[in-house]
Amino acid sequence: MKLVIGIVRPEKANDVLEALYRAEVRGLSVSRIQGHGGETDYVETYRGTTVKMELNEKVRFEVGVSDGFVDAAVDAIAKAARTGEVGDGKIFVVPIEKVVRIRTGEEDTAAVTPVF
Amino acid sequence: MHDLTSLPMTLAAVKSSGIDSGDTAWMLVATALVLMMTPALGLFYAGLVRAKNALNTFMMSLGAMAVVSITWVAIAYSLAFSKGNGFIGGLHNVFLRNVTNGPRAGLHIPELVFVCFQASFCIITVALISGAVVERMRFGAFLLFAALWACLIYAPMAHWVWGGGWLQHRHVMDFAGGVPVEMASGFSALAAAVVVGARKDFGRQAILPHNGVYALLGASLLWFGWFGFNAGSALTTGMQAPLAFINTLLAPAATLSTWMLIDYLRGRKATAIGAATAIVVGAVGITPAAGFVSPMSAILLGALAAIPAYTLIVWRPRTRLDETLDVLAAHGLAGITGILFIGFFAQASWNLTGNGLLFGSPIQLGRQALAALAAPAYAFCGTFILLKLMSLVTRIRVHEHDEGRGLDVSQHGEEAYTRGEGAILIHPEHAFELEYEGSAKYSFPEGG
Repeated sequence: MKLVIGIVRPEKANDVLEALYRAEVRGLSVSRIQGHGGETDYVETYRGTTVKMELNEKVRFEVGVSDGFVDAAVDAIAKAARTGEVGDGKIFVVPIEKVVRIRTGEEDTAAVTPVF
Repeated sequence: MHDLTSLPMTLAAVKSSGIDSGDTAWMLVATALVLMMTPALGLFYAGLVRAKNALNTFMMSLGAMAVVSITWVAIAYSLAFSKGNGFIGGLHNVFLRNVTNGPRAGLHIPELVFVCFQASFCIITVALISGAVVERMRFGAFLLFAALWACLIYAPMAHWVWGGGWLQHRHVMDFAGGVPVEMASGFSALAAAVVVGARKDFGRQAILPHNGVYALLGASLLWFGWFGFNAGSALTTGMQAPLAFINTLLAPAATLSTWMLIDYLRGRKATAIGAATAIVVGAVGITPAAGFVSPMSAILLGALAAIPAYTLIVWRPRTRLDETLDVLAAHGLAGITGILFIGFFAQASWNLTGNGLLFGSPIQLGRQALAALAAPAYAFCGTFILLKLMSLVTRIRVHEHDEGRGLDVSQHGEEAYTRGEGAILIHPEHAFELEYEGSAKYSFPEGG
């Protein structure tokens, strides 16, 4: 079991969602976050106050998958989120110690979708 | 010091000059009411787009106020209202040459008031078209479009019905702008949507209104301003102004009721965004007819106007046409409904001008039908050609990358909903102490 964390551009979030569904990865969480990678800062001006925006809006996907689906999930996120410009985001894959599905009490591989 | 002895003389002078104080006072107020409609429209449109485009959408309306006001007094007013041929006015009033505080011929208000009142119509008409191209048109290109459209499309069409043009000679009845405002904006919006093209996300993902309350408040303020728009179009306090006023109350109310009923029959729920749209549709429908039909006819018109507009709004998103905020349905179709309705229901006993088919004058329907053919054709073709020519010399839409980030950041360098996290102040010695004293948490040393 792995937790796949994909941090992507907000405007690519729908594409990623669609790609994950096409890859038959079910069950995920999405949150809006702010972050800073290697992209150049952009400047905004509010009535004489000029500011450099160091944090960019991103969307974070968290997908718990069984081992056989890690590559499929990573591929789906990477392909759908890529524009080729700096600021496309990152994908982290981290091991999971334990998973529990609250409704049924199922654990681990049985609790992440899809079962493999 | 007031010289009381001169007062009667002043009054006498005013009387002989042909200015009526009541008319003038009402028209000043009506003009201000109409001027409020453009920011109200900005609010309505801003609520209907995504959060990342809210400022840009509002700014298109403000941009129209900026550019069209100047264009109007520079040239467009003259092209619409000075003596010319049947198609377009002349250049006698360019830069307000020969325009004075004296009465405009045939009216009892100073021509300067008339210039302002008509300017406010041209401004909002240009702003209306922005609804077709929000979330992707380059801001600078829209401003250029605004100035050119005011001169090339609005001015001739206003001349046709109000400035002594060919439709006026054929006795077409258009009280407050079915031709130059509603059909012109609706069919120009269609052309603009075709030339500028769909948003990159259109048809691929759900694009939802980001703030329904803005849309409701904007539409409600539009209705409020519309009393100045329609009742002001009497250009006097007498006769048609009260009729137009009550019709502006009744027709949108009837549309709103009908719309909620259709909503309920289709989905068992009366929707709020639908209600906001219905207000606009009803007010548009009554616009050309406001001073010509009876109050009971206005209720019927309001109810009728809902049907074609509702149908198009349901059908349009299933096509490839990204006429984003449905200007064609709300203004084009509702405008046609109103213009044709006059042909049936105009009543000389109410308007002292002429009857429609149902009151013994079938020829009026033919005249109205002529306007309902000519106005859409000219607006669509003119706008199509104008934007095609513009696209030869300038980019009219933003790069796809900027469209993704949103036009607020890419066109204006601002966001509508900022949190300030991660924002680093530049040149703190200039701005910091003055504007943000005591909120040092928003600033930290660069690189620190």
